[in-house]
Amino acid sequence: MSETQSNYNYKVVRQFAVMAVIWGIVGMSVGVFIAAQLVWPDLTYGIEWLSYGRLRPLHTNAVIFAFGGCALFATSYWCVQRTCHTRLFSGPLAAFTFWGWQVVIVLAAVTLPLGMTQSKEYAELEWPIDLLIAAVWVSYAVVFFGTIAKRTVSHIYVANWFFGGFILAVALLHIVNSCAVPVSFFPMKSYSCFAGAQDAMIQWWYGHNAVGFFLTAGFLGMMYYFVPKQAGRPVYSYRLSIVHFWALIFTYMWAGPHHLHYTALPDWTQSVGMIFSLILLAPSWGGMINGIMTLQGAWHKLRDDPILKFLITSLSFYGMSTFEGPMMAIKTVNALSHYTDWTVGHVHSGALGWVAMVSIGSIYYLIPRLFGKQEMFSVKLITVHFWVATIGVVLYIASMWIAGVMQGLMWRAVNPDGTLTYSFVESVKGSYPFWTIRFIGGLLFLSGMVIMAYNMFKTMAGGKADDAPVLAPAGHHA
Amino acid sequence: MSDFVNEFWNWYVIITVLVSIFACALLLWVQSKSKFNAGKTCGHVWDETLEEYNNPMPKWWSWMFYITIVFSLAYLVLYPGLGRFQGIFGWSSAGQHQKEVEQVDAAVKPLFDKYLKMDVKAVAADTEAMEMGRRLYLTYCMQCHGADAKGSKGFPNLTDKDWLYGGEPEQIVETIANGRQGMMPPYGGNEEAVGGASGAREVAHYVRSLSGLTHDSLLAGKGKEKFANACAACHGADGTGMQALGAPNLTDKVWLYGSSETTIVETITKGRQNKMPAWQEFLGEGKVHVLSAYVFGLSAAGDKK
Repeated sequence: MSETQSNYNYKVVRQFAVMAVIWGIVGMSVGVFIAAQLVWPDLTYGIEWLSYGRLRPLHTNAVIFAFGGCALFATSYWCVQRTCHTRLFSGPLAAFTFWGWQVVIVLAAVTLPLGMTQSKEYAELEWPIDLLIAAVWVSYAVVFFGTIAKRTVSHIYVANWFFGGFILAVALLHIVNSCAVPVSFFPMKSYSCFAGAQDAMIQWWYGHNAVGFFLTAGFLGMMYYFVPKQAGRPVYSYRLSIVHFWALIFTYMWAGPHHLHYTALPDWTQSVGMIFSLILLAPSWGGMINGIMTLQGAWHKLRDDPILKFLITSLSFYGMSTFEGPMMAIKTVNALSHYTDWTVGHVHSGALGWVAMVSIGSIYYLIPRLFGKQEMFSVKLITVHFWVATIGVVLYIASMWIAGVMQGLMWRAVNPDGTLTYSFVESVKGSYPFWTIRFIGGLLFLSGMVIMAYNMFKTMAGGKADDAPVLAPAGHHA
Repeated sequence: MSDFVNEFWNWYVIITVLVSIFACALLLWVQSKSKFNAGKTCGHVWDETLEEYNNPMPKWWSWMFYITIVFSLAYLVLYPGLGRFQGIFGWSSAGQHQKEVEQVDAAVKPLFDKYLKMDVKAVAADTEAMEMGRRLYLTYCMQCHGADAKGSKGFPNLTDKDWLYGGEPEQIVETIANGRQGMMPPYGGNEEAVGGASGAREVAHYVRSLSGLTHDSLLAGKGKEKFANACAACHGADGTGMQALGAPNLTDKVWLYGSSETTIVETITKGRQNKMPAWQEFLGEGKVHVLSAYVFGLSAAGDKK
């Protein structure tokens, strides 16, 4: 394998791409397991490190940061070098981001079941791990922007704007929200620098932008590379990409307070969070339109290209979730939806429907190219994966919508004497059938990932891990 | 009430919010004035095949963007959002809550007032009141005392005839309204009182003998003396307890924390802290009254069986 500047650095892309699939299976297995715990509460009765409260953060961290993170690293490293027409900046630093990130994931898998947590949603990991994350992330930024800096084309491709915005914003979010005073190394323990309503606001500024940048901007970067590539069509509108990029990254930063409606957060802050969430609708849909309309003139490809099916379906789910999100941010809607399974359904229509599906499609595109093959071992299995995953997502979301609205209505129902019509337990009892359907939906989605892993390893077997030569930019660019 | 320590922050918020919203509109407006060349690419090619069309932004999409901006500005005129400005409607989340509570209180007051005039026993005989009581119980009490009111470790069973603080209506009202603070002192560190771990074991055996459980009579004999010194003040010389203090009767079959030797030794050496919260302020007199009748009725119903 050549290490010269004349080849692309595919090694780190390969590593991240393969680990994305493996961590996907791990993270989703934990998800299916805790879904099972809700149906059969005594599943692990008495074993504290297998209790729901400890495994749930493990699930979210594993799917977001291990699966999603590895997919983002792989695709951004692939995209940035190919669209900058130069080898990735600093091989050793890129290797550090891979191994550092894997250590973070393993540490998470150990400390979360042990109950070591900062108790901040999606930022549970304790201070020593946070420091390692910061080091990896800054290295990631150096590798990425270093590659941009040494590009041999003048214009920076749109996908790289999104990847770049995602990398910068996540660094900012992680470092500010994880500010803490350490008190011990083992067991890992620290206290947040923030308190009270400010702490809540910082946390959800982080939390919502983890969605906005980690789970949206980064994956839009992925979309802007792989959709036009796979469709073989130009991006629909350059101008639309400019407007929706700037509007999206600017507006997301404001939307956090909608997680704190009807709380101790001041009313004006809640309102500002709500209106910017509504303004966010158009910038979000800009991405969906630009992706789906790229298929204009090539719709027939959707019929027999399962990779394109994944990519376009992911955009449909993206459009649906980003419509649902602003609606749920409206105070009166939020009064019904907040704290119910509706939120869980909303998150998963984004996480499974959008994030996972666009990643899966992109990784199916990458794997053969990374291992010197023309296509995946079995294209048919990609189609099977697509249908299993789609049915899984639909079951998941539909059951959570019904359960969520039912819970919201039951909790607010009041008798003429002012007492509650239903006790909390009755709403739990009513949710059981839907939790069972959710479990089945999740299991289907996980099965799809297992099919993918089989297909991936079969493709890798006998493949050659060759790094392609760096392409010269198209004529008029040079 | 204000969230701002001084005027500066008020204006800081107002200006930042407005400028940010207008910036979105400006971005959209300026960009939509660009030169478009529908169906033609911008001329750049990346990675062999990646190109971009110079298509205009969809009209309906731009309109949707503008509409959300107009809506937001209108919202800020009507509702709080611009710093200290309360909005034309004068709405606040605290005000909305207050109003809803007042409405419900006004609507249900006559219902509870009716029962407040009756004594607890009479309310307990009223089927409609008992239905209300059951719903109150399932909302406020079930979390600790259980859906079937049979309690669990540390949480008393409300369906039996055994009462820590008394089962007469006025005692139940007092318990619910003002709460109770149960306190068994820890004797582990007090050599003189029960004589350390071995002494605690002796007392435990004596306590077990009081309710006819298996015990070592030699140990129980030794424990009897210590019981008289350390325990009788609250639990009574005969161990039947004292409701004024909430000291449990040790001669019956009811055990709040468990009757095993280990558990009793733990209770003696480490003590027990227990707390029934006070509900008067939160629920009001009427609801406490109906709830007391319901709990009285639970025990009375248990009696019939």
